[in-house]
Amino acid sequence: MSESVASSPDELKEGTSGFTQDWSSDKQTFHAPWGKAMMWIFLLSDTFIFSCFLISYMKVRITTTVPWPNPSQVFALEAFGYPVPLLLIAIMTFILITSSGTMAMAVNFGYRKNRKVVVWLMTATALLGVSFVGMQAFEWSKLIEEGVRPWGNPFGAAQFGSCFFMITGFHGLHVTGGVIYLICIILKVRRGDYDRIDNYEAVEIVGLYWHFVDLVWVFIFAFFYLW
Amino acid sequence: MAYVAYTDREHDFAHPHSWVTKYVWSQDHKVIAIQYGLTAIAVGVVALVLSAFMRLQLGFPDTFSIITPSEYYQYVTMHGMIMVVYLLTALFLGGFGNYLIPLMIGARDMVFPFMNMLSFWFYLLSVVILMASFFVPGGPTGAGWTLYPPQAILFGTPGADWGILLMLISLGVFIIAFTMGGLNYVTTVLQARTRGLTLMRLPLSIWGILTATVLGLLAFPALLVSAIMMTLDNLIGTSFFMPALVSMGELQEHQGGSPVLFQHLFWFFGHPEVYIVALPAFGIVSDLLSVHARKNIFGYRMMVWAIVIIGGLSFIVWAHHMYVSGMNPYFGFFFATTTLIIAVPTAIKVYNWVLTLWQGNIHLRVPMLFSIGFIFTFIHGGLTGLFLGNVVIDLPLSDTYFVVAHFHMVMGVSPVLVIYGALYHWFPKITGKMYNATLGKFHFWLTFLGCYAIYLPMHYLGFLGVPRRYYAYEGIDFIPNSALMLNTQISTAALFVAVVQLLFFINVIWSLMYGRKSDPNPWGATTLEWQTPENPPAHGNWGKELPGVYRWAYDYSVPGAEKDFIPQNTPPRPGEKIEF
Repeated sequence: MSESVASSPDELKEGTSGFTQDWSSDKQTFHAPWGKAMMWIFLLSDTFIFSCFLISYMKVRITTTVPWPNPSQVFALEAFGYPVPLLLIAIMTFILITSSGTMAMAVNFGYRKNRKVVVWLMTATALLGVSFVGMQAFEWSKLIEEGVRPWGNPFGAAQFGSCFFMITGFHGLHVTGGVIYLICIILKVRRGDYDRIDNYEAVEIVGLYWHFVDLVWVFIFAFFYLW
Repeated sequence: MAYVAYTDREHDFAHPHSWVTKYVWSQDHKVIAIQYGLTAIAVGVVALVLSAFMRLQLGFPDTFSIITPSEYYQYVTMHGMIMVVYLLTALFLGGFGNYLIPLMIGARDMVFPFMNMLSFWFYLLSVVILMASFFVPGGPTGAGWTLYPPQAILFGTPGADWGILLMLISLGVFIIAFTMGGLNYVTTVLQARTRGLTLMRLPLSIWGILTATVLGLLAFPALLVSAIMMTLDNLIGTSFFMPALVSMGELQEHQGGSPVLFQHLFWFFGHPEVYIVALPAFGIVSDLLSVHARKNIFGYRMMVWAIVIIGGLSFIVWAHHMYVSGMNPYFGFFFATTTLIIAVPTAIKVYNWVLTLWQGNIHLRVPMLFSIGFIFTFIHGGLTGLFLGNVVIDLPLSDTYFVVAHFHMVMGVSPVLVIYGALYHWFPKITGKMYNATLGKFHFWLTFLGCYAIYLPMHYLGFLGVPRRYYAYEGIDFIPNSALMLNTQISTAALFVAVVQLLFFINVIWSLMYGRKSDPNPWGATTLEWQTPENPPAHGNWGKELPGVYRWAYDYSVPGAEKDFIPQNTPPRPGEKIEF
C-alpha cells in the first residue's frame, strides 16, 4: 500500500531550507509512504489520549480528599523474605524496553530483506509483549487480592485504584492490540508478501506503533509508580 | 523523479463490481460522502424536530401537556449534542471533506478507501446507538449537551439509568469513526496531491477541512477520555468526577472526585470543536464568495495563516466556557486574553471576505446569497462572542438567553447557512442536475430573516437575565410579562423557519426528478472538481490521467484572459508569469 518515492538524496536539502522545501512542494509534504505518514498522525492523536489520562490522573491525585497510597509500598514484592519496592514493575519495564530493541532490529533486518531473521525478531517482540501483559495480569490479580478495587482500596484514596486500573488497563489494551498487529505482520512476512513487493515498510510501521506503546509505558511508569 | 502515484496504478485500485459494493459497501469517497451527508441530515432533522418541541413548550406554556419537564431536558440535550457532533462535524468533515478532498487535490480517492468506508459505518453505528436511547427505559439523557457531572449520572436527571450510558458509548464510537476518517483526510491532503499542487495553491475549502480535521484528531481524545472516566463513574462506581454528595436524601458512595476536571476535559474538546465546525465553513465560504463574485479571494496567504492560527489558538481558550465553574479566578485573566486574541485572525477573515466582494462582479445566485448571509450572521455572533469572552461581562450573562443567542448565531445559523450554500453550490456536481433557483431563493430569504426573528430577541431576553434551560418561567418576579410574549414570538418564528426547511428537501427531490441537466462547470469555477471528464465524476474521478495543476485556485477575471476564469489545470499562456 505505498508509492515508491525515489527522490535522490542530493535533491533534498537539510535543515530549515529542507523544511521549507517539504512544505512548499507539490504531490507530498513528507518523504514517507502513506501508511507511515498515517501512523505518525495517529500516534500524535494517541499521544493526546494518554496525555489526557495522565493529566487527569495528576489532577485527581492532587484534589482527592484522602491521602494517596504510597506506591512503593503498594507495588512492593516479597523476594527472599524482604519486600522489594517496584520489583515486578522494574522487570516489566525492562521486558518492554527489550522488546523495543528486538523490534528495532527487526526493522533493520527488514530493510536488509532478511525474511527469516525478521520473523524471529518480531516473534521475540510479540512474546515479550505477551509476557508483559501476563505480568500485568499477575500484578492486577495480586492487587485485587489485597483488596484494591476501582472504587476503593484499603491503602488510601479510592481514586488510586480507579486511575491504576483505568490507565494500565488502557495501556495493556494497546499492548495486546500491538501483539495482535505484530502477529498479523509476522504472518505476512512469513508468507513472503513483502519480498514479493520488495518493500518491508509494513514492518517499520508496526515498529513505530510498538515503540510508541513502550514510550507511553515509560511515562506511566514515571508518573504512576515513581511519583 | 520516479514518483508513481499509487492511485495511477490501475491494478491496485478496486473497482466495484456489484450494486452492493457500488452503493452500500462502497469504498468510493463520493459515495461515502453522500452516505455521510444523508445520515447527518437525517439525524439533523430529528434534532430540528426536538427544537420545535422545545419552542412549543417555551412559547405556549401550559398548552402542550405531552411535553413534561423531564422530556424538555431530554430535548435540550439531544438537540445540542446531535447538532454539534452528529450533524455539523459529520457533515462538514465526513460529508464535504470526503467529497471535496480527493476531487479538489486531484486524487482518485482517499489514501485508504477501506478505512474510509469503515469510518462511515462506525458513524452510522454511533447514530443508531444514540437514536436507540429514545427507546430505552427512562429515555435519552437530559443532562444538557455538556453532560456535566455529578448531575449527569445521578438519579433524578432524566435518562440516568440508560440514556447517559448510551450517549457516552455513542460518543466513543463516533470518535473511532472520526479518527479513521480524519487520518485519511489529513494523509490524503498532505501526501496525495497531484503534480503542481502545492499547499499554497490549495483551495481554502481544503485548508479549512484539513485544519479542522487536525483539530479533531487532537481534541476528540479529551472527549474520549472524559467519556471513559464518566462511564466508569456511572457503571462501576469510581469517583473521578464525583465528590461526596447527598442525592435525593441519600449519601452517595462516591467521594473525593473533581467535577471541574470533567469541565476542563470537556471544553478542551469543546472549544476546538467550535472551530472544527467553523473552519470548514470559513474555507468553503471563501471559495463560494470568490466564485460567485468572479474575483480572487482577497489576501489568500493571510486567509490560510488565519485558519492555521485560529486552529492553534483554539486549544488555549477552553476555560472561557468555565468562568462561573469555580476554577481559580485568576485563570479568567489568561483565558479572556487568549479569547480576545483569537478575534484578530477571525476579523482578518471577515475583512477579507468583504474585500473579496468589493468591486466584484457579484452574481446573487443561491449559494452566494447564503454566503453573504453567513457574513452577516457570523459578524453578529462573533461580536457577541467578544462580550462573553470578557469575564466581567460574562458573569452576569452566563446561563442566560444571551449565551443561547450567541452560540446559535455563530455556531448554529452561520455554519448551517454555509452548509446550505455549499449544498446548492455543489449540487450540480454531485447529482449532475440543476436545482430550482426560485425555490432556493425563497429558502434563503425565509431562513435568513427567520433566523434573525428567532435570535435577535433572545439577546434582549438575555440582558433581562432570563435563564436558559428552564422549562417554564411563570411566577419569576424579575421576568416581565413582555418577555413571555417575546417567547411566543420567537417560537412562532422558530416553527416557521423549521417548516421552511421543507423547501430545501422539496427542491432536492424535485430537481433530482425533473431538474434540467447541469453543465459540468455551471459557475465557471477554477478548482479541479469542476474539471472532471464526467459529470458527476465517475469512480476514479479523472479518467486515464490525473490533472496537473499550474496555478492557484483563484484566477478569476484575469486581465487578458479569454474567459473570466482560468481553471487550475490550464497550463500557462505564452509569456504568462505565475506567482502562486
